[in-house]
Amino acid sequence: MTAADPVIAAREPVRHSTLTRVVIYTLLVLFALVYILPLGVMVMTSLKPLDEVTGGNMFALPQALTFEPWIQAWSEARIGVSETTGISGYFLNSIKMVVPAVAISTLLGALNGFVLTKWRFPGHNLVFGMMLFACFIPFQSIIIPMAVILGNLGTFGNHLRDLIGTSLGFGDPIVNLVLVHVVYGLGFTTLFFRNYYEAFPTELVKAAMVDGASFFQIFRRIMLPNSMPIVIVTVIYQFTNIWNDFLFGSTFAAGDQAPMTVALNNLVNTSTGVVEYNVNMAAAIIAAAPTLIVYILAGRYFVRGLMAGAVKG
Amino acid sequence: MALEIRGLSKRFGTVDVLKSIDLTLDKGGFLVLVGPSGCGKSTLLNTIAGLESVSAGEIRIDGQLVNGLHPSKRDIAMVFQSYALYPNMSVAENIAFGMEMRKVPKAERDKAVALVAKTLQIEHLLDRRPSQLSGGQRQRVAMGRALVRQPRVFLFDEPLSNLDAKLRIDMRVEIKRLHQQTGTTTVYVTHDQIEAMTLATRIAVLKDGEVQQVGSPSEIYNTPANLFVADFMGSPSMNLLEGRVAKNGGAAAITFAADGAQPVTLAAPTGADLSPLRDGAAVIFGIRPEAISDLQSVDRNAKTVATFDAPVEIVEPAGSDTFVVTRIAGQEITARMRADADVRVGQDHAFAFNLDRAVLFDPESGNRIG
Repeated sequence: MTAADPVIAAREPVRHSTLTRVVIYTLLVLFALVYILPLGVMVMTSLKPLDEVTGGNMFALPQALTFEPWIQAWSEARIGVSETTGISGYFLNSIKMVVPAVAISTLLGALNGFVLTKWRFPGHNLVFGMMLFACFIPFQSIIIPMAVILGNLGTFGNHLRDLIGTSLGFGDPIVNLVLVHVVYGLGFTTLFFRNYYEAFPTELVKAAMVDGASFFQIFRRIMLPNSMPIVIVTVIYQFTNIWNDFLFGSTFAAGDQAPMTVALNNLVNTSTGVVEYNVNMAAAIIAAAPTLIVYILAGRYFVRGLMAGAVKG
Repeated sequence: MALEIRGLSKRFGTVDVLKSIDLTLDKGGFLVLVGPSGCGKSTLLNTIAGLESVSAGEIRIDGQLVNGLHPSKRDIAMVFQSYALYPNMSVAENIAFGMEMRKVPKAERDKAVALVAKTLQIEHLLDRRPSQLSGGQRQRVAMGRALVRQPRVFLFDEPLSNLDAKLRIDMRVEIKRLHQQTGTTTVYVTHDQIEAMTLATRIAVLKDGEVQQVGSPSEIYNTPANLFVADFMGSPSMNLLEGRVAKNGGAAAITFAADGAQPVTLAAPTGADLSPLRDGAAVIFGIRPEAISDLQSVDRNAKTVATFDAPVEIVEPAGSDTFVVTRIAGQEITARMRADADVRVGQDHAFAFNLDRAVLFDPESGNRIG
C-alpha cells in the first residue's frame, strides 16, 4: 500500500495534464476552423468554374480546378460600368496611394512625438491633447469640409497648370487621397510615437546636444534608428487602415483613379449580368492579400513593438 | 579661474531649486558637488553644461561668460549617470560622434579614437555595440567620448552610481588617475561622500539648493561649517551629543546630562573659543568615531584627551576596524577601535576621547562655534 501511494501520486498530475491538454486543443481546433472556414470557402470557390459554384455545395472541394477566375479578376472583369480591366489597375492605384501616405504620416508622427517629448514647450500637453482629439473624430464628419478643401486645391492646381504648365499634383485624386490619409492618420501616429519617445532616455538627447548635433541630426541619427519597434507598429497600423479604407476612397477618388477597395465593391455589386461568385472571391482575396501578408510576416513585431514601449516606461 | 559661478539661481515655476550659488575652481582642479538627493547638484551641473538655462547669475569658463551659449559651444564634455551611449552605433562611432558633428575629417577622427581607446584600454571593444558591454566597459566608453573632446571642463553626473560596489572603487581610482594624467578641470556630482573625499581637490556641500560649505576635503571633514555638513560627511557619521557649557572658574567644560543617567563632564575641545557663550548655554558636541578609541590607540600627539568608562552595547566588526556602540550620559555614540580590540558586549570598556578633533555647534543655527 505505502509503496503504491507515491506511484499513484506521481500519476495524478499527468492525468490532469493530459485531459486539460485535450480540452485545450479541441477548443483551439474548433476556433481555428471557425476562423479559417470563410477563407477556405473563398479560396475553394475562387478555384471552381461558375457552374460548379452555383450548382454545388459551398464546402465541396473543386472538381475541375481552374485559375480562370483569378485571371478574370486581375485583368478582364468588368468593374462597374467602365471597361473590362480587372482590378489590376486599381490595385496599383491603392499602392500608389498607400505607400506615400504611410511613409509621410509615419515620418510626421515621429517628428511630432520627438518635439512633444524632448523639446517641451509651454502648452505641449494642450497641443498633444488636441492632436489626440483627432483620433476620435469619425471619418464621416470630415467628408464635406475635406471635399471643399480638396475642391479648392483642385482649382489651385488648375491655375498652376495654366501658369506653369503643371499642376504639381494639386487636384490629382491619388494626391488628394494621400493628403486625406496623412491628415487623418497624424493623430494616431503622433500618439504612438509620443508615447514611445516619452519612455526614451532623454540623456541620449542631452549627450547628442553636448556633442553638437542639431535638431534634425539628433532625429535622424539617434531617435529614428532606435525607434524600429514603434515604426513597425505605426507602419502596420497605418497600412492596414489606409489599404482597407473605403469611405475616403469612394468619396474622393472616382472612376479609374479609385483605390482597390472601391473597385472591389463595384465588381461585387454589379447589377447587370450573372453574379460570378468565383471571380468575386478571387478579387476579394487579391484585395486582402497585402494586409494578410503584412500580418503573417510582421505580426509578432506588432505586439513586440507595442510592448517594447510599455516595458521601457 | 577655470570656472566661476556667481549668484547662480534657478527656478522651476515657483520652486527655487538653486539659491544664489557662488563657486570658483582653479584650472586643473577637481570640484565635487555633494549632497543628498534633491539638493540641486545635478541641476547645477546641467546649468554649467548649458542643458538648463539659469534664472539669474553668471557662469564663466576660463573667464568667458557662457550663460547663453549652446552646450556644444562651451567646450565642455559630459559623462552621464546612465552613460547615454548611442545604442545604434558601435563604440568607435560613439566616441567619434562629437567630432563627426563638428565635421572633423575621418582620418583625424580615427586617430583620436584610437588614442583614447589605448588610454582607457578599450581597443578590443571598438567594434562592439553598447548593449554588448559590461557596466564598467560602458563607463569607460562614456569617459572616452568625453576625453576625446579635450575640453576645458569635464562634467561628471554621478557616473559611478550604476556600478556595483567593487567596480565603483576600481573606477574611482581610474577617474583619479585620469585626472592626474590629463590635468583637465573637472566638476563631479555625487551623493556618495566617500567618492567626494577621495576624488576632490575642493568639495562643495549642497543642501536644498544652497552651498553649505566649500573647501578642501580635510577642511570639510575636520572643520565642518554646520551640523548638516558634519553629519553628512564621514562614514559612520559624526557623533553629535547635546550638552551644556560649564564655566566653573578656570577651564571651560561641557556637561552632558540625560534623564536617569549620570551626568558626565568633558573638557572643552582644544582651541574652542567659548567666551561668547554664557554658563549653561546649550551646545552640540561633535566628535568623529575615529577620535574615540581605546586607551592604547589614542593619538600620542593629542593635547587634550579625556578618558571614560562605558558599557559596550553593540560590536560591529568591519574587518579593518571594529565599531563599538556605547553610551555617554544616556546618549548613544559610536567609537572606532582596532580590529583586534578586546571588546565584549555588556562589559565596561575604557574609551579615550581625542578632544583635539572635537567640534562644537550652536543648536539653534546649526553653525560651528569657534
